[in-house]
Amino acid sequence: MLRARILENKLSSLYKAGKIVGGVYLGRGQEAVSASLGTSLIQGTDFFAPLIRDQAGRTAFGEPLIDCTRTYLGSVLGPMRGRDGNIHRGRPSMGMPAMISHLGAQVPVVAGMLFAKRLQGTLAGRVGATCIGDGATSTGAFHEGINLAAIEKLPLVVVVANNQFAYSTPNSRQFACVDLIEKARGYGIGGFSVDGTDLLASASVISEAVRRAREGGGPQMVVARLLRLSGHGEHDDGSYVTTDIRSGHYGRDCIEVAMRQLVENGFASVDEIIKWQEQIVEEVQRAVAQAQQEPVPDPYHEDWTALATRFPLSQPITPSNAQ
Amino acid sequence: MSVTYIDAIREAQEKLLRDDPRVFLYGQDIAGFGGAFKATKGLADQFPNRVFDAPISEDAMIGMAVGAAIEGMRPIVEMQFADFSSVAFNQIINQAATHFYRTGIPIPITVRLPSGGTPGSGPFHSQSMEGIYAQYPGLVVLTPATVSDAYHMLLDGVALDDPVIYCEHKFLYRWLKAKSINGDHLPIGQARITRPGKHASVVTYSAMVHEAVRAAERLAQDGWEIEVVDLRSVKPLDLDTILASVARTGRLLAVGEAFPWGGVTAEVIARVTEEGFHLLDAPPQRLNARDTPVPYHPKLWAAHRPTPESICEALRKLLSF
Repeated sequence: MLRARILENKLSSLYKAGKIVGGVYLGRGQEAVSASLGTSLIQGTDFFAPLIRDQAGRTAFGEPLIDCTRTYLGSVLGPMRGRDGNIHRGRPSMGMPAMISHLGAQVPVVAGMLFAKRLQGTLAGRVGATCIGDGATSTGAFHEGINLAAIEKLPLVVVVANNQFAYSTPNSRQFACVDLIEKARGYGIGGFSVDGTDLLASASVISEAVRRAREGGGPQMVVARLLRLSGHGEHDDGSYVTTDIRSGHYGRDCIEVAMRQLVENGFASVDEIIKWQEQIVEEVQRAVAQAQQEPVPDPYHEDWTALATRFPLSQPITPSNAQ
Repeated sequence: MSVTYIDAIREAQEKLLRDDPRVFLYGQDIAGFGGAFKATKGLADQFPNRVFDAPISEDAMIGMAVGAAIEGMRPIVEMQFADFSSVAFNQIINQAATHFYRTGIPIPITVRLPSGGTPGSGPFHSQSMEGIYAQYPGLVVLTPATVSDAYHMLLDGVALDDPVIYCEHKFLYRWLKAKSINGDHLPIGQARITRPGKHASVVTYSAMVHEAVRAAERLAQDGWEIEVVDLRSVKPLDLDTILASVARTGRLLAVGEAFPWGGVTAEVIARVTEEGFHLLDAPPQRLNARDTPVPYHPKLWAAHRPTPESICEALRKLLSF
């Protein structure tokens, strides 16, 4: 989560300096939840469909920093090759689908990845997870996807980061139930609530939800309460978040809480944390510098086709020769 | 012994399930019940754990199929009616259609759309969506008009690595029969000259091929030789065959059952005008359904879609120039 914060601070500076292609969307304040999910998953076995505030989860799941800087800086060598940007990046063949902007849409996709593994006889011990925000719980895709996963009893974990605002829209205009976790009961799936500003609590609750799914308990939903500590994107000053909310409990910075928890529990010393920070700053500088030196996409050499099949076909394809 | 259009669709799915372990079927009421039109009748018994009933969640059905395709499966999703695919529009055009371009990972899903009108079906069980899907990059849109094409194009479509929108016409399901499913088995992307002629070309697809042939038969009694071109796939569009036909006849009428604003017929005319203007001896004409929702009552419905009569009338106008 520290790596994500330092990387994203750098992205924010680059954005303000006009060096970023497109927008920048940060996960500031959501790192404890996102990293807790990422560390609970096993790359190569599990599936993880991150959303826009999951730099920490991506890093914890194993996405290299260079994937991030290449995408934001427009390098053609990035996973999306300049064809899609910023937080839409993914590596589907490595278990990390590339999100589309339409919220909730990744829920059934992860369910489908798990369903495929069931049909292939390799589902046992595997989990698929996705993150969404409070706003996405209002979409049809969220409802349809979770309901489908519940019917099939798939090992799907949906982590809802309730950061209290969908862009600028507060919870009061988003849902009428007292707490989003009530929805889990309605779908017949497991439900957990947690204070998303508390790393130890988040790690404990989210890893437990992942464990239950992995062990055959069906879909699990975790609702983490927190506050986004930045605008929706770096173009947004977040002025709709009142001072009361900012200075309230959920306005505290999960990184500061985490550092305190690490020191108090003897997991790390202050010196060690400072050393981590120095190492990460260097890693981030390297990833930025490398991506900045790389070629950008060339429209004259772009393969302008959206299809995998090259038409015209000289002969009919049959299932046997297509394999 | 004869095979109907829907038999061919069922046979193709049976063959796919038998030959390719990556194929599974997903849709509403398709397992034990065999589907609203019985296109999957008996398949759940024959292939246990390969044919699944879906909840009434078209968006999630396609999202699920996309995820399964990422992990190496070849799902065939049955929309109960093409009209309901509007609920899945986001997953089809944003998730499935963009995926290969964005990530380099293909999404080999096939979405079966029971399309087009039948008497008494009304506004929400009669739509023809091929033009809408063809508009988006990243999709292959198939519109079989014959029993043999219904069979072979479903096999070929599932074999493609791209998302395929397979528009099967409900009116043809039981009405259209053939002696066998064998045919010329043209590749996807190649149109067929269904009926050769020299005075005018009717470029059409799906059920309208049969209406156009009827119109051509009537005009033949007056000595007119009308060529009928069956597009077979509306995307990719076989412009070469269309232009060759127009070169022979000098006259073009594009006929489709979809709504008149834009769509396949407009695309055909735009492309011929752009690339074959010199071949045209008369202004190209188009004939579509009327610009209203598809009406319920059979008398209104019959006058809403192109018919042999209205195709004859359009052809007579075309031939009068």
